Amino acid sequence: MCRLALKTAIEPFSPYEVLTAMEAMQEGYDGSGLGLLLRGLNFEDYKYDSKHPVLSGIAHSEAAWQRLNSIMAERGYELKYDHEFETHPEMVEAKDRYRYFVRVYKMPAAFDGKSTEEIENELMLTRLFLRANGEEHGSDLTAFSFWPDMALIKEVGWPMDIGNALTLHDNRITSRVCMAQGRQNTNYGINLYACHPFFIQGIATMTNGENTAFVPIRDWLLGKHFPGYMGYQSDSEVFAHILHYTLKQLKLPLQAYKHIITPLKNAELDKHPQGVFLKGLRDACRRLIIDGPNAVIGTLPDETCLLVMDHKKMRPATVGGRDGVWAFASEMGGVVAMVPDRDPSLDFQPMREHTIIVTPERKELTIWSQLDPYPLAQVA
Amino acid sequence: MVSARSISVGPSSLGYTDLPWIIQHREDRCTLCGRCTAVCPKEAIYLAYRRQRMPKLDVLKKARGNEYRTFVGIRQKTNMANTCIGCSMCTMVCPNEAIMPVPNTNEHRTLFFHNQKGQPQTRGGRRNVSGPNLLDRIMFDRISMLTDPALDAGRHEFNLTTTLGRTLAPEEFLKRQREGGWIPPTREIFPFVIGSMSFGALSPNMWLGLLQGVAYCNEVLGIPVVMCTGEGGCPPWILKSPYLKYIVLQIASGYFGWDEIIRAIPEMQCDPAAIEIKYGQGAKPGDGGLLMWFKVSKLIARLRGVPEGVDLPSPPVHQTLYSIEESVMKMIQTMSTAFGHKVPVYPKISASTSAKSVLNNLVRNPYAGGLLIDGIDGGTGAAYNISMDATGHPIASNVRECYLDLVAQGKQNEIPIFAAGGIGKNGNVTQNGMALIMLGASGVHIGKYIMQSVAGCLGNEKNRCNVCNLGICPKGITSQNPKLYRRLDPDLVAERVGEVFMSISTEAKKIMAPLGRSQSLPVGMSDALGISDKDAADRLGIRYVC
Repeated sequence: MCRLALKTAIEPFSPYEVLTAMEAMQEGYDGSGLGLLLRGLNFEDYKYDSKHPVLSGIAHSEAAWQRLNSIMAERGYELKYDHEFETHPEMVEAKDRYRYFVRVYKMPAAFDGKSTEEIENELMLTRLFLRANGEEHGSDLTAFSFWPDMALIKEVGWPMDIGNALTLHDNRITSRVCMAQGRQNTNYGINLYACHPFFIQGIATMTNGENTAFVPIRDWLLGKHFPGYMGYQSDSEVFAHILHYTLKQLKLPLQAYKHIITPLKNAELDKHPQGVFLKGLRDACRRLIIDGPNAVIGTLPDETCLLVMDHKKMRPATVGGRDGVWAFASEMGGVVAMVPDRDPSLDFQPMREHTIIVTPERKELTIWSQLDPYPLAQVA
Repeated sequence: MVSARSISVGPSSLGYTDLPWIIQHREDRCTLCGRCTAVCPKEAIYLAYRRQRMPKLDVLKKARGNEYRTFVGIRQKTNMANTCIGCSMCTMVCPNEAIMPVPNTNEHRTLFFHNQKGQPQTRGGRRNVSGPNLLDRIMFDRISMLTDPALDAGRHEFNLTTTLGRTLAPEEFLKRQREGGWIPPTREIFPFVIGSMSFGALSPNMWLGLLQGVAYCNEVLGIPVVMCTGEGGCPPWILKSPYLKYIVLQIASGYFGWDEIIRAIPEMQCDPAAIEIKYGQGAKPGDGGLLMWFKVSKLIARLRGVPEGVDLPSPPVHQTLYSIEESVMKMIQTMSTAFGHKVPVYPKISASTSAKSVLNNLVRNPYAGGLLIDGIDGGTGAAYNISMDATGHPIASNVRECYLDLVAQGKQNEIPIFAAGGIGKNGNVTQNGMALIMLGASGVHIGKYIMQSVAGCLGNEKNRCNVCNLGICPKGITSQNPKLYRRLDPDLVAERVGEVFMSISTEAKKIMAPLGRSQSLPVGMSDALGISDKDAADRLGIRYVC
């Protein structure tokens, strides 16, 4: 079973803290992979402007590294900062890692006057172009994310080993949100892209458990022919894409996510104040119903963090913290490791109908129930 | 040359061993009660008087002579019109186990004489091909083992319903919701639908037993089963009853019964479950209904709005319109309008290599609520044997390619595909149905299986019985003769309907639980399917396993 840990705090902190929490839950994973997402970035040796997009990934050869540089230059991106990890390659299983990169770019002048949506699409297409380019060249270039204010590192191995290999404890890179997942696919092949968290246009999710409804959901998302709905080396990637579809394509509020992936039962909808609308939404989005068992932890570009369970609630997840610092984890031990100085009696384990939200203010937990009235004017 | 008249054997003369079924009669057990001859639907057996010579030798008088004994027994007729069909009603009614039909294991000659008076063989039933079919061989092999335990079929909550009716794309749904536009009607139904069997093809007792059972499933068992009328209308009291919501009304090329239905619309207490427009049937593509005069009783005549005792062959196509595209478009829209756009309307077609073009037509028709595809193994009450045995397309690959076509367009949630034709042919109804669902069907229609399981229909694919077309159904399932259909107790039929659907529901859970599925019907979950036939696996896009 996979282990999940997310910490969000007003003050930036080292990703190593989250890796420590992963260590506290280590009996639950097998060292098949680590994904580490940092959001709200802070570099020790560079004053970062959070408007600039950050490209993160791995170049597996010098040739790939050169191609990366020329592709980014051709597309008009100007390199502002190149974070160099102090790496110890001998501590990583894989031997074809030429360079782990987290690089800050300035957007091309041609983007001036473009709408936010157009710019967001350009960023996504650039990432996909790099990914495709790497795949064309024997997978020598892996591009995880290209988005303002966030970076993503994925590697095969034990979380602490990878943290040590990249010297993540040196505080040269810190963030206000950090999410980590400690196991790859066990149902499909091992692949770097298959490590959680999954990312699309600033939206990221990670999951424990197995998505048994994966194939019909994947088929439906592929049918949307949206360039970013691709990959699917892992059955959990669809959770990120459904969240993206809900927020960016349907432009629905965050509450709708839970109603789409785990709709209420007919009998509950019959009593719900917006039951008619929600039944229609369920029918229209029926192919996106997940069947779990999963806990889904996600973050949004504004640093909002969320946690939802599947309807069966057969996977654990706990949230706890205090004003300014909150932790989500698949095990209680992970929360304890990340925020030891909290009131544990206020920890919360969500049930099947809950969505847990920590807003960017990080004052308190917000707990939504699907049984609550749905907040959309259009249903009236 | 003049034939030898002393030998009374003609080209069509048959002996017992030429017949498909041979009656074994035990004289020592028979009490001559006559029940077997009375019950035989084919009048295949008769009470015969025979004389037996008893040689007599008087040794003392040195005289030889004969005495004659007269005896009676049950004998079988050998002419084609009265050949035994193996229904075994004689065995069932015999108080003394004195009689039974035995299948002829030799090849039999009647195959060559089913064309008396130039009339090709007509019958009821299914394609006469027995043995496991492709659906029977599909395995559900994606068992949740490593990361997650399988679910508990007995204790977990399962959602087994499916959507009947068109669903909008999410973007379009939200747009219409905002603008107050029309949202097409849908129904949440049990994915195993009692397929179209008309009031006319079925006896009144059978039909009412089914309806009673369906109502029980919905109102007591909580299983939202619906049933389709077939082409033949619906009794007016049902049209005006709250049970109409469990009924899919079918309109077909003969439009039988629609006078009554249209007249009843203002008095309907609720909407019907859906409207099915029949363009084709898997068992007999290119044929409409073939209700023969002897099944057109007074009641049937009244429901269908026709004179009593006339043949009712429906035309193969809807005659009022020029092309199928136009027909589909106009009829669907007209039917939708007639019911105030509150009832899903969908066409039923024969499985065919051209099914995809019909489907694509429907995708672009905003009023189309689904597509029912009926495969070659579907049953019928009356058809030419050649149509049943040789015409049509198997259902599995047809449904699969239609589904994948929708997937390529991202429309698989918008137009549900329902599959029919041979589901449960060998008794594996849930397995067959769930396999089709995972290949992409939103649900399945079952007709013949229902007749067999709830009413004890005796027909099979070795051509046992299969006389539905003659109105002589020995069980009273497909007869309009009160003497016959009074044999069928509607209450017992209803009880069996409840039992059958409870069992399907449990079996569906037993299939879904190990796959880790419980929250939604696994439509299109083809990664769960495997088959030990490489060619079939390639054709269906599922895993080859061995």
